[in-house]
Amino acid sequence: MEQKQETLLEIHDLSVSFRMYNSRLGQKDLQVISNLHLRIRPGEIVAVAGSSGSGKSLLASAILGILPANATVKGHVHYRGQELTPQMQRELRGKEIALVPQSVAYLDPLMRVGRQVDGHRRPKPTAQRRKLFRRLELPERTETLYPFQLSGGMARRVLVSTALLTGASLVIADEPTPGMSLEQALEALKMFREMADAGKSVLLITHDIDLAFEFADRVAVFYAGTTVEIAPAADFRTGPAALRHPYSKALWRALPQNGFEPIGGFQPYAGSLPQGCLFAPRCPCATDRCRRETPPIQEVRGGEVRCFHAT
Amino acid sequence: MRKFWRRLGRPLLGYGVKVIALLLAVSLVAFLLVCLSPVDPVQQYILGLGTAISPEQRAEIEDYWGVNEPPVERYVHWLSELLRGNWGESALYRRPVLDIIGERFVNSLALMLCAWVLSGILGFVLGCVMGICQGKWPDRLLKRISYLISSIPTFWLGLVLLLIFAVWLQWFPTGFSAPIGVTQENVTLGQRLHHLALPAITLSLMSFANIALHTRQKLIDVLNSEYVLFARARGESTWTLLRRHGLRNILLPALTLQFASFAELFGGSVLAENVFSYPGLGSAAAAAGLNADVPLLLGITLISAIFVCVGNTAANLLYGVIDPKIREVAP
Repeated sequence: MEQKQETLLEIHDLSVSFRMYNSRLGQKDLQVISNLHLRIRPGEIVAVAGSSGSGKSLLASAILGILPANATVKGHVHYRGQELTPQMQRELRGKEIALVPQSVAYLDPLMRVGRQVDGHRRPKPTAQRRKLFRRLELPERTETLYPFQLSGGMARRVLVSTALLTGASLVIADEPTPGMSLEQALEALKMFREMADAGKSVLLITHDIDLAFEFADRVAVFYAGTTVEIAPAADFRTGPAALRHPYSKALWRALPQNGFEPIGGFQPYAGSLPQGCLFAPRCPCATDRCRRETPPIQEVRGGEVRCFHAT
Repeated sequence: MRKFWRRLGRPLLGYGVKVIALLLAVSLVAFLLVCLSPVDPVQQYILGLGTAISPEQRAEIEDYWGVNEPPVERYVHWLSELLRGNWGESALYRRPVLDIIGERFVNSLALMLCAWVLSGILGFVLGCVMGICQGKWPDRLLKRISYLISSIPTFWLGLVLLLIFAVWLQWFPTGFSAPIGVTQENVTLGQRLHHLALPAITLSLMSFANIALHTRQKLIDVLNSEYVLFARARGESTWTLLRRHGLRNILLPALTLQFASFAELFGGSVLAENVFSYPGLGSAAAAAGLNADVPLLLGITLISAIFVCVGNTAANLLYGVIDPKIREVAP
């Protein structure tokens, strides 16, 4: 019960599917996220790591309730112990839950930065925003610039400022580091670390896994739209011995500094997901049972894992 | 303000040079076409006189007009007269070409301006409605109407409107720019507008579909954009999104399209004015063509080229003035 109290966001058995129309054959549901579990406590950074196409970015949209109209969401999302309904999502987004997008493409190209960061809410938080810009060491004239005039580093801080201005308790950062130099990426992650230290929860969606290992408190490994393992970041720094799921281990070994060792096969596409465990076709220790049943999520050594063979 | 003009100065100069080059080319091609055509201006002139003349008199007229000089000389002669403001005399109306153009142009301008504003507003509003309701019935219905109307020839649409609103319902007059039997000075503005309405509606119906379909597509693009997704994530409602980001981002392409549509507008006005016997430049062009009135035809060709150029230049300049990506980067 104690644990429950502390949870800010709890995602339980979340599935997202898209209704697609293919020529003549009628419609078909594409499952992009299946049976996803995730829990975020106040003041912690949870990194969601996984390869492209594993459904990471859709998770952010699902939490905020901004999925396209042809998406269907099943399962439960609880925020501060309350079921997150579409009505609640409308009220919370931009206030309690903020998104930090990945690039300036997420800013209106024809609106000056100041006006844009202020947002649509009244009264305008202009004074607060100016203070925030000073704190983020953004030059005075930034507010009069258009998004295309921002340098990479300025853009990063402007995007982060939109979240900081809201005072949101949960910040979802969607791929905040791609295309950045190491220094820029470190600076960006430092900002999220500061947010977390100030008591906010950060959901860091990324495929910069080694950076995530350094900065996050816990890491959730995504595979084909589901979480296969959620473990303390320290375990990922330790190596395969501390990890629980065969995919996490393979992911660790595939990093350049850890041997650059790939495994065969590829992540299944939504629409052609295998039965049973989604990783079974590529798993070295898969058994018949793995190919038949979906393993439930279970606690193993202080982490959570979705595997029958985890020890 | 000075900065504004400095920014505008160079492109304006560039466009000026281009426009002059284009006009020279248009005048040359038009002159060449008339030279090659079977139209005999002398014959047309004599027909217009209404009296029979002897072959000697005819030869005198030909000599006086320089018909037998080489084409290059004739062209240079014509061009220099043109630049001096002598655009010749219309064989059809027996008045200086520039006077006729000036008079007709005012009428046409009133017609085209009304049609232009009407189609712009109608197209933009309907485009927005279609964009918001993408895939739903208002969108599907309006889209079909747009396709239908843009495939209907202007003159046919004009005839149908004439039949319904002027002949059957008798809401509007069947033609001309003023009531018959009223002197020029006594025509009221109301009467002018009354006569203008039907041709203006015809003309605007022709071009609104284009604007509407473009606006629709642009709005859909904007609503699917990443910045709208982010704005939604920040809690903006659909209406706020449309107001803050939608209009801002679709107004510019719509305006550009609107200014670039001058050519279609002029082309359409030729047909619309003929259907409604509206005394504008378009009907004058048709009359000049049918009656082989060479000076008037050449004059109208040049004027319409200038008109279309002005529209395109306005569209280009507007982009530079409104779009910050172009505006703020320019030195």
